[in-house]
Amino acid sequence: MKTQAFRLLFALFVFQTMLYAQSEGMVFIEGSRYLPLYGRDSTVVEVKDFEIDIYPVTNTEYLDFVVKYPKWQKSQVVSLFADESYLTNWKNDLELKTSEKNDSPVTYVSWFAAKAYCKCQGKRLPTVDEWEYVAMADEKTKDARIKSTYNQQILDWYEAPRTNTSVVGKTQKNYWGVYDLHGLVWEWTLDFNSILISGESRKDVDKDSNLFCGSAAINATDLMNYAAFMRYAIRGSLKAKYSMKNLGFRCVKDIEIQP
Amino acid sequence: MFRLIILLFSCSIPFISCVEKKKEIASEANEKNTVISELSIFNLPSRWTTQNDNDIELKELQGDVLVMVMIYTSCKAACPRLVADMRAIEAQIPENKKENVKYVLISIDPETDTPKRLKEFAVENGMDSNEWFFLRGSEEDTREFAAVLAVNYKKISPIDFSHSNIISVFNQKGELVHQKEGLGVNTKETVNKIVEIAR
Repeated sequence: MKTQAFRLLFALFVFQTMLYAQSEGMVFIEGSRYLPLYGRDSTVVEVKDFEIDIYPVTNTEYLDFVVKYPKWQKSQVVSLFADESYLTNWKNDLELKTSEKNDSPVTYVSWFAAKAYCKCQGKRLPTVDEWEYVAMADEKTKDARIKSTYNQQILDWYEAPRTNTSVVGKTQKNYWGVYDLHGLVWEWTLDFNSILISGESRKDVDKDSNLFCGSAAINATDLMNYAAFMRYAIRGSLKAKYSMKNLGFRCVKDIEIQP
Repeated sequence: MFRLIILLFSCSIPFISCVEKKKEIASEANEKNTVISELSIFNLPSRWTTQNDNDIELKELQGDVLVMVMIYTSCKAACPRLVADMRAIEAQIPENKKENVKYVLISIDPETDTPKRLKEFAVENGMDSNEWFFLRGSEEDTREFAAVLAVNYKKISPIDFSHSNIISVFNQKGELVHQKEGLGVNTKETVNKIVEIAR
């Protein structure tokens, strides 16, 4: 009986590694409940288990995508889905400018493009809550937000110029085995347009007392987390067709459980 | 053991690739003759259900001026006023142009706002004639459509959302021509725009 249980356990271990190894270039994130800067009713949110790309999507990977799906090439893209800056650092539909690196994160991509890319890999963009959940880890801990070094490091990056020309995988790997959430480029999230702290929200949003800048200081859960404030503010100011110099993305995948 | 089975099952999932995308490309090729401009919302492939439980693509509304707003029916604060604004706009359109204008209200709470519920809402508010469309779609398509309209929204409790109050006007080709932000803002400008482009 004991040996049987042991065998089963062993089999589980083996299979677990096999399963997670299946999605190449992704790592498993064990979900949990946590308190984001802006949650529902300013309380904890629940993040389910998922997998996330270890690195942001690179220029090379994006090139493969536009080869397969020409409608996302620079000259083909429909202007409803991307503004005129889309892939502005590419020489033409299939070539980068010589100043750019293959292993740099792809930037100058709109939300529509990022979303389509992930969908075509059988993945999706992470939600704000998922992204922030993974990004609150440092090298050693899942939730490093209380450490002053964590915030300082991120803020240092926010001040450092031209990080978008660096290549992926050069920053410190975090607790989950994920790179570059901080220190390289900003990243699109699936529900970036759930942030209601843009300037316009002063007049056009109704129940914004816990989301709006002026009163945010009262309700935001972590007054020390300036870095997170900045990320939420940037998301709130984005439009889905914007393509910007230091805005890239990575994808996630749900862990499907079939009954 | 059960866990093992689950794991085995989930292994088969990753092979779902980009089927929908391909379909989309195919349908694009078929419809090359009805030229849709690049900035038109008719580029969106999403499908919606109306208050009468009919399936609809936005493209099918081509040819009319479209006045659009995003709401949810259980909303007690801003939505009733947004809906009132929509009615006020409709009331100001001259008779001879009325036929060329459609009013589209899209739910940001598709879970709660079933076609049945939308129908009740439409009837209650006297907005159930042919020019009114109450639409619900998948959560993903709703998020995408909001992105197109530059409407931000977030579920803040099981029954409440915060959201931008924006009424958008699209021309007959599905191109955005006017947006009005805020509540109880004078609807005159919006009405003028509609009258100007409606046939």
